[in-house]
Amino acid sequence: MTYIQTSTTPVPDERGYFGEFGGRFVPETLIPALDELTAAYHAAMADPAFRQDLAQLQATYTGRPTPISYAKRLSEHLGGAQIYLKREDLAHTGAHKINNALGQALLARRMGKQRVVAETGAGQHGVASATASALLGLECHVYMGSVDIARQQPNVFRMKLLGAEVIPVESGSKTLKDAINEAIRDWVTNVRDTFYLLGSALGPHPYPMMVRDFQSVIGLEARQQIVEMAGRLPDACVACVGGGSNAIGLFHAFRDDENVDLIGVEAGGRGIEGGEHAARFADPNLGRPGVLHGTRSFVMQDADGQIVNTHSVSAGLDYASVGPEHSYLRAQERAYYTYATDEEALAAFQTLCQLEGIIPALESSHAVAEVIKRAPGMPKDSIILVNLSGRGDKDLDTVMRELGLNG
Amino acid sequence: MAEMGQVFGIKALAAMFDRAKQQRRAAFLPYFPVGYPTYEASLDAIQAMAEAGADGFEIGVPFSDPLADGPTIQAATQVALENGITVGKCLDAVQALRRRGVIQPMLLMSYLNPLLAYGPERFAADARAAGADGVIVPDLPPEEAEAWSEICRGAGLATVFFLAPTSDSRRVELVNRHVTGFIYVVSLTGVTGARAELPPDLTGFITRVRALADKPLVLGFGISTPEQARTMNGLVDGFIVGSALVKAGKDGAGPVGALAARLREAVHV
Ligand SMILES: Cc1ncc(COP(=O)(O)O)c(C=O)c1O
Repeated sequence: MTYIQTSTTPVPDERGYFGEFGGRFVPETLIPALDELTAAYHAAMADPAFRQDLAQLQATYTGRPTPISYAKRLSEHLGGAQIYLKREDLAHTGAHKINNALGQALLARRMGKQRVVAETGAGQHGVASATASALLGLECHVYMGSVDIARQQPNVFRMKLLGAEVIPVESGSKTLKDAINEAIRDWVTNVRDTFYLLGSALGPHPYPMMVRDFQSVIGLEARQQIVEMAGRLPDACVACVGGGSNAIGLFHAFRDDENVDLIGVEAGGRGIEGGEHAARFADPNLGRPGVLHGTRSFVMQDADGQIVNTHSVSAGLDYASVGPEHSYLRAQERAYYTYATDEEALAAFQTLCQLEGIIPALESSHAVAEVIKRAPGMPKDSIILVNLSGRGDKDLDTVMRELGLNG
Repeated sequence: MAEMGQVFGIKALAAMFDRAKQQRRAAFLPYFPVGYPTYEASLDAIQAMAEAGADGFEIGVPFSDPLADGPTIQAATQVALENGITVGKCLDAVQALRRRGVIQPMLLMSYLNPLLAYGPERFAADARAAGADGVIVPDLPPEEAEAWSEICRGAGLATVFFLAPTSDSRRVELVNRHVTGFIYVVSLTGVTGARAELPPDLTGFITRVRALADKPLVLGFGISTPEQARTMNGLVDGFIVGSALVKAGKDGAGPVGALAARLREAVHV
């Protein structure tokens, strides 16, 4: 069995700051819990037995390493760069979210916390949390906005089958942002015996660091695989960015490879002009540094600091803030961020289905859309590595509706 | 501005606690959000509570994502936002209340992001000019508040930080060092909202804090009835009631004033 090293690096600092982003902006009740979690996380990562348990589950349960696939027909169709897909869609439960959920669930068990709460947008993190909880014998409660419940029905049913309680959230925009609010309120109330299994690289320290570390297995594998398969490092790594966990998981292993461009793709929704999107970095009218859900990062807000409702065809990208390390990588000019609209993502979804026989998640389709724009202008011997963060089964209803294929 | 322009800010709060102490009772600090059920009605409610003998006020600034609040305050502040209430409008409210003759100390209670959007320096200066005495920011722990504390000091505004049942001795000392107004003691692990019972271990928790802190202690979260208020004398220096008053506020200033009078009466000795 291969033992996969999970990396740790100097950012964030002791207080959870990535440059000027990050930190801990939560009610006092949670500060001691975050201290406890940080200490437990460091102790676990320093314990070979914990890492061994995690590596074993990754290999024998999740099905890691996930392969990379050379997208031959897509590459030929676009006529430029050679495109490789990191196949997180093949991980158990169908998305990268399981990498983090298993890591945190193992940590919860180690900390003696029997009760787990999680939030979910697309339902993928909820399914991953429910799965990890079933596997490890934990009690799992998932908060999900009622708008997301309506558009991700198959995942709601999966969570219930896996023994989790799905709690509909009716406040605010009834999407991921509001589900996080409710999960935090639950955690504040039941903090002594509850573990908050946060699903993306956001929230108060140590979550952005911890989630990144659990997801960094994606990049560590892919970096080795692309060298083996293509003979060298890629020219660009592309990933979609909701909270930013699959992207940071891919980028992290390449952070010191100066010649590898790191490109994050946000949800452009119905276009930037109308404000109906979740492209925090692309719209200076709405996306500005601020504080939401315990961390300082780019936040979509109005002039008065009220968080605005976002829009994306993909529930997993439909969120008003972004993990602080992405704001940092952007400020450092180490990573570059762009967006794809709903329409572009839907087109990319179909292209990948038809040319590669892969049905991608709508989230991942945003990354594919950027590849479709970028590859034709690149030389034939250049290489793009794109993170296919999940599979699209959960999105079939949405896609049928959007494409007018109903009945 | 409190006490007719005599003392303000930290001193106004200290005077408030002194007066209550002389009367051997806990100070009563109602919370009420600006803009619920309407802007004018919220001013009427606060004025009615001032006339009913409240000692000071937490003036709520609405926020779209109030993660320390339970359903009652969430719903009320959502209405306030739908009524177009902004940070600027909340500052206007403080000024309007001063003009109406409200002399008690007023603390603005706001989540961090609206303050950042307004600009912390500008906010502190405008809050002071409007007649506010302090600011409470529930998602800003002392570790993150260095610059903010400095700004408040410069503007003469009192700062308040929180302690919770989960806070250990080190945190009690940290918070005690940082507050210039009072320590907001959260009675339970949870969000705001009326509770039928106060937690059974409350006295033990307060005793533990008292042993390490010399700043005034104000208890909040869950207190809603005169019976609960009655137990505050001798336990803490002040107490906050929010959700119960907000609920009463649905029917106008009359019921809010009446409940405030009963809560104030409950601590009278
Ligand atoms: C398949 C897939 N990709 C991406 C995301 C976005 O999250 P993140 O940016 O944390 O990777 C989600 C979230 O639900 C998802 O399900």
